[in-house]
This record gives sequence, C-alpha cells and structure tokens, in this order.
Amino acid sequence: MASTGDLEPTHYPARRAAQVALHYLNTHHGSPFRVFGLQQVHKASAEDVEAGGRKYKLDFSVTDWASGSAGPALRCSADVLFPRTERHSAPDVKLRCEALQQINRTAQEEEAFYQKHITPDSAVSARDIPDSYGNMSEEMQPFWRLARVAASFIMLRESSENTEFNMAQVASVTQQESSEEQLMLEFVVLLHDLPSQEIVQWKLLASWSPDRGVRVLQTEWQPRCPHATKPPN
Amino acid sequence: MEPVHESLPVDVRVPFHSLQAVRAFLGYNQIQYNVMIMDVQDLLDDEQREMVKYRSFPRSTDDFVYTTYHDLNSINSFIDMLVAENSNLVSKIVIGQSYENRPLNVLKFSTGANRPGIWIDTGIHSREWVTQASGIWFAKKIVTDYGRDPVLTDILSNYDIFLEIVTNPDGFAYTHSNDRMWRKTRKPNSGSSCVGVDPNRNWDAGFGGAGSSSNPCTETYRGPSAHSEPEVKAIVDFVKSHGKLKAFVSIHNYSQMLLYPYGYTSTPAMDQAELHELARRAVTALQSLYSTRYTYGSIITTIYQASGGTIDWTYNQGIKYSYTFELRDTGRYGFLLPADQIVPTAEETWLALMAIMEHTRNNPY
Repeated sequence: MASTGDLEPTHYPARRAAQVALHYLNTHHGSPFRVFGLQQVHKASAEDVEAGGRKYKLDFSVTDWASGSAGPALRCSADVLFPRTERHSAPDVKLRCEALQQINRTAQEEEAFYQKHITPDSAVSARDIPDSYGNMSEEMQPFWRLARVAASFIMLRESSENTEFNMAQVASVTQQESSEEQLMLEFVVLLHDLPSQEIVQWKLLASWSPDRGVRVLQTEWQPRCPHATKPPN
Repeated sequence: MEPVHESLPVDVRVPFHSLQAVRAFLGYNQIQYNVMIMDVQDLLDDEQREMVKYRSFPRSTDDFVYTTYHDLNSINSFIDMLVAENSNLVSKIVIGQSYENRPLNVLKFSTGANRPGIWIDTGIHSREWVTQASGIWFAKKIVTDYGRDPVLTDILSNYDIFLEIVTNPDGFAYTHSNDRMWRKTRKPNSGSSCVGVDPNRNWDAGFGGAGSSSNPCTETYRGPSAHSEPEVKAIVDFVKSHGKLKAFVSIHNYSQMLLYPYGYTSTPAMDQAELHELARRAVTALQSLYSTRYTYGSIITTIYQASGGTIDWTYNQGIKYSYTFELRDTGRYGFLLPADQIVPTAEETWLALMAIMEHTRNNPY
C-alpha cells in the first residue's frame, strides 16, 4: 500500500506522519497552557531510505488548543523517519516551526499555576478528565494539557506508519510529592489508536516546572479488563 | 427587616443539633409553638427528586434537551413521543432484537406508500455518543422542516427516510453502565473470555480480509461469520426485503471525514467519480456553517483499510449513494466530545445529509 513521491495531504499516510511531528512538537514545547493540534497538512511526500526506513517530508499548520479559536496557525515543516527494524523503534523527527520562539504569552499563567501547586499541601487528585459527557472544569484544564503533553512522549515513542494516536481521556491524575522544585504528577491516560481502534492504557510519572518543561520519568503499560491488548507495536 | 411584635407569630427553622436547646428554651420561657414541618431536608429531597424526574422525562419533543447526552431509556421515550406527536409522518418499526433482546428501533418518515427509501444510522459503535445525539436532532429536524423547507418536503414526497438512532443498544447501555469506551456489540464469543464483535467489520463485503481482526479480544474483531451479529443481520434483512433503498448513510465519530466505498479493496468503486463529486459538494455545504474542516475520499485511501464494513456491503447491494461520516472532532476530545458541540455538529452534518438526499432525489436510478 506504500506509495513513494507526493502524497495526498488529507489522506492517512501524510496525516499519520504529521501527527508524529505533532507529538514531537508537544514534547518539546507543550505545557499546562500550550498544546498543539494539527490544523492542516499542506504538502507531503515520502521516500524509502537506506537501511530500510521510510522518510516523510511534511509542510503543515498547527494551532494551539489552549488559545481556542482565537489562536493563529503556525506553519511548520518536518522530516519524519520511520525506521524499519525487527523490533519497533521510535520514529525520528526533525522539525522547524515559524515564530515558535515568539509565543511566550503564557509565562504568567504558567508561573501562577506552578506557585499554586508546588506548595507542600497541594495534593491534586482527580479522575475521568474529561468525564463521559466531555465536561472538564476550568481547574482541570492545565492538568489535562499536562497529561496530553506527557502522553505525547509515549505516543511519539509508540508510533509507526500503522498507528495514529490521540489521547482519549485522562483516567486519573494524582499529585506526588514535589521533587527538586518540580511538580510531580502521576497520570493514567487512555490512548486511542485510530487504525486498530484500540484503547491503550498507560500509567506515567511526569515532572513539570516553567523552567524545565515537561519530563516523563516512568511509563508503564497497563492491561484493561476485559481486553488486555498490548500496544500495537 | 420589619420589627417583630409580641403578638405576631414567627417561623423558625431549627438545625438538628440545636433542637434540644431550642425546645428547652421555649419550654422554660413558656412560649407556645407548634411544629409545621418535622424535617425540612425530607421536603428538599422530595423536591429534588421531582425536579430530576421532570428533567429526565420531558413531556414533548419540544421540551427535550438536545444539548445534552441521553441514555437509552430517554432516547426510546423521545422516539415514542416523536411518533405520537407526528403520527401522520412518523412511525416506529422494530427491525429485530439485539443480542440482549433490546428492540432495534427504526423511525420511518413517510408521506406515501411504496416509495424508494433513504437510510441513516447512528450509534453503530456505541462509544461514539455524538452520533446518537445527532440522530435525535435529525429526527426532530425532519418533522420540524417537513412542510416548511421546500427541499426536504420535496424529498419526502418521493422518498421515505429511515433513521436508526441507536443501532447498537447493548453497547450503548454498556457505555453508560460500565465502560464509556465500549465500541462493539455485547455478544459473548465462544472459547474466549472477551465479549463483542465490531459491527462495522461484520458485513459480507470482503469479510475476513485485511482491515479486520480474527481475535475476539480486539476492537475490530469481525465475528465468527458475516452477519453473525443480530444488530447487523436485522439491517441486512431490512435492506433486502425493502429492495428500494437508494441512499445509505452510516454515521460514526471521530475524524471529520465523509467517506465512500471501498474499505476492503483499493479497486475504485464503479461510481467513484460521482461519489467523489457529491462528497465534495456535501462537505462544502457542511463547512459553510461553522468552517469545520472535513476530508473526503474512499475509506481505504483516506482513513484506513477496513474489511466487512457496512457501506461496502450496501454499495455492493446496488445502493449507489452509500456514505460513512466520521463526525467531530479530529482527536482533541474524540469520543468525549463536549455536549455543547452536539447541536453545532448535528446542524452542519445535516447540511451534508441534505446535499446527499437532494442529489439522490434528483438522480433516480
């Protein structure tokens, strides 16, 4: 089914590669007040490379979900290399987005959020964000975004040409004791893979501060009763 | 506040923990009193129950709340109310029973006998809640616009519309009671502890091929045989016995796509050019309302390879205008689409449906 050369930008091969680039972008630039989503793929092409991998070249636009419909679209370009190895290995991404450095309007919000929750008596704990009806409180939004960014580390790592991941829900967030002035959060997230339609559950431990950004310290795949389907890879 | 006279009565609400002390005080001071309400909380609880009851059971489809997600009982009540309020136009057909013996209800909108038909289904995958919610809205839209909108009225003068709102009721009940992310039917699989079959891989079109799974513990499990699921078989039987369906639309979420056959093969459908052009027009209409970006194309090129799918079967039965929608969004909320997006989603999707229905009516075959 693989085609080389120009790809239809709206079809799945280009879109899956763009989604990988988005996961990469979020791991590097996501925060409690910034999560990027794919707006549109403008141009895409793919070619087989030596050592049996496949490299996608993409030209696409992204928007920041945290700025709502008011936000401008950022233009990006990326090279996404899917290695073809016996055992799955993470894709390699090279990414350039215009004007990325210039958006720093969220520094104040980040600092306020950080100060509020770095205090020793902050013990955030919540389940099902959003709930079954798509509801999410104002207070939970930055935690959802943090989970989405942290989940991007996993989604990036687990991606292949045969997957297309989104985060379906945050099953739980439990604040841990702060360490080294980092907010420490344990998340259980449900990821959704479009081609297989599987819901995959991961527990992860993430740290965040305005200076250091999001880091993922531990990840653990968890079985979901009654299915216990392992990640697609 | 007005001064209180000794001769005027006064009402006092006494918290439970003060009851003894107040009684003692009144008794000691020889102040006459009588108890009007033994337990105010009881009254409040009753009132709350009444209010919730009233909310859950609207008295008409004009009272019904379209901006929230409903459960199966509520949707079935809606269906019965809609029929009762519009009995000249709408009837309910039960095309079969689910595995757990729930009725498979289909609304028939008809203004005359022996007409060709247009089919719309929502909720075949139970976790795709915005689709059942949109189905409810479509039903109300049809009865509201009949006699007012010339295009719809003309369509209904020539075609019947069939609408199955909860195509997978067992799965839907399960998303409310146990697992919001449940997709499949709820039929057990022999030899496995895993339950359910993917009703959109169970159709006899490329059944068993790549793009569906043979493992009962997966979301795209095709089932032991084509049409093994009663929810699917009921529609198959209905389509065959009707014999004159001319358009068939099966609605899912998410991804924001309008798709036509095939999913099981890369061989283009014979009518690909026309289906593609109609999809383009339908998407243009959809986008005109809220600028929601939609992609369109064949299933296999646009979203993924999928075998045993609904519209591949209906297309192969000769229903030329066979389409699948993937509604909002593109992954941000996915299945958990906020309720305030139900009506905008239904409104924009309706424009695309009208484009498809209008084209069907203008191009009889």
